[in-house]
Amino acid sequence: MVSIWQYANPLRFMRTTDWLLPIVAWLAVAVTAVGLIWGFFFTPDDFRQGATVKIIFLHVPSALMAINAWIMMLVASLIWLIRRHHVSALAAKAAAPVGVVMTLIGLITGAVWGQPMWGTWWAGDPRLTSFLILFLFYLGYIALWAAIEDPDTAADLTAVLCLVGSVFALLSRYAAFFWSQGLHQGASLSLAPGTRVDWAYKAPLYISMTGFGLIFVALVLAGTRTEIRARRMKALVARERMA
Amino acid sequence: MRDLRLALRAGGGFGLGLAFFLILAVLVPLGVGPEPEVLARIAPGVLWVGALLACLLSLDRIFALDYEDGSLDLLATAPLPLEAVVAIKALAHWITTGLPLVLVSPVLGLLLFLPGAAYGWLIVALLLGTPALSMIGAFGAALTVGVKRGGLLLSLLVLPMYVPTLVFGAELVSRGAQGLSVGTPLALLAGITAGAAAILPFAAALVLRINLR
Repeated sequence: MVSIWQYANPLRFMRTTDWLLPIVAWLAVAVTAVGLIWGFFFTPDDFRQGATVKIIFLHVPSALMAINAWIMMLVASLIWLIRRHHVSALAAKAAAPVGVVMTLIGLITGAVWGQPMWGTWWAGDPRLTSFLILFLFYLGYIALWAAIEDPDTAADLTAVLCLVGSVFALLSRYAAFFWSQGLHQGASLSLAPGTRVDWAYKAPLYISMTGFGLIFVALVLAGTRTEIRARRMKALVARERMA
Repeated sequence: MRDLRLALRAGGGFGLGLAFFLILAVLVPLGVGPEPEVLARIAPGVLWVGALLACLLSLDRIFALDYEDGSLDLLATAPLPLEAVVAIKALAHWITTGLPLVLVSPVLGLLLFLPGAAYGWLIVALLLGTPALSMIGAFGAALTVGVKRGGLLLSLLVLPMYVPTLVFGAELVSRGAQGLSVGTPLALLAGITAGAAAILPFAAALVLRINLR
């Protein structure tokens, strides 16, 4: 039985990801390429939105991953706080920059789509605003990691920040919905029957969502490996100095 | 422990937040124009944002001095639990920063042509909301206590967490101004403050222990 506790050992984590990372990375590239190429070139134009509808293949997956990256950081932070799982803390650290880029892609593609469709780049809309707030939470999290030198202290503090921040990010989301009525449409995709998106769009959309998920996993694995190597190097330098 | 409050009160710069709040209320009409209708519409938001920023100014003082001279270590090993220390320090911050803001806010509301019906709700909203600002700020200050010149980082961490308080607080005042029912934002604002006061002392004390390691 493979469990995440085995991978608290960085050596074992490195050994597994040695072969796992290239597979995930290439799979991510392939799946995303299929999803995006299918989405961009082999779907019909929407009868009202025209070709702009195709930005959905970037917008929805990146927005999805922006939120999921934070949830993953939350889980990883909890694992670190409770069980002192070092790799978990580093994975949370590695996920933050990916999450911030996904949030940014979501915001930018949304603005690019909103300009012709809503006639505005930005609106005082709860979904848009709570995404911007999520972006700020990511920035704070990354800045705190960068500001503290001792790695274990930084891991502890950022983990607590992630937990408390999650509560406030969620509160902000509901506060934003209280604050203004939305311009953004509700969820287009849902597992419930009677969905409103045709399979011609849904199939490539699901594929590119999978692709973005794989990209996220690959980038987090790579980032975690980099962190482990950086730590090892620091330890080696320290040992050199002692000798 | 109570003398801590006195010490904080004696510490300089306690009027700074107030002065900042006043300056903001003077500057906004200068920037926006003197039309009373426009100002009256934005007054609740401006006052709330001003309170937020004024609160932010003195946050880093909550723990920084005690951290530097080592008295925080003493407090951490004192018989009083650190959670209580944090709560009292947040309370002291509120008394020196939040309470004066509440007291002068009607005067500043006058400067911004706040509608008459809103004054009572402005005071209620600030009275309910500013303790949450102090408590959240104490958590932020505990996080950044080990960082040199952490003021900017502190505001980056704390301001996003102020969003719910700001939204419900400003909504409460503007509903009060229009004479609408205020029950929902009132309850939500009080809920946030109560939740922050209940949970954040533990988080802040945890973070302080990590920083003192």
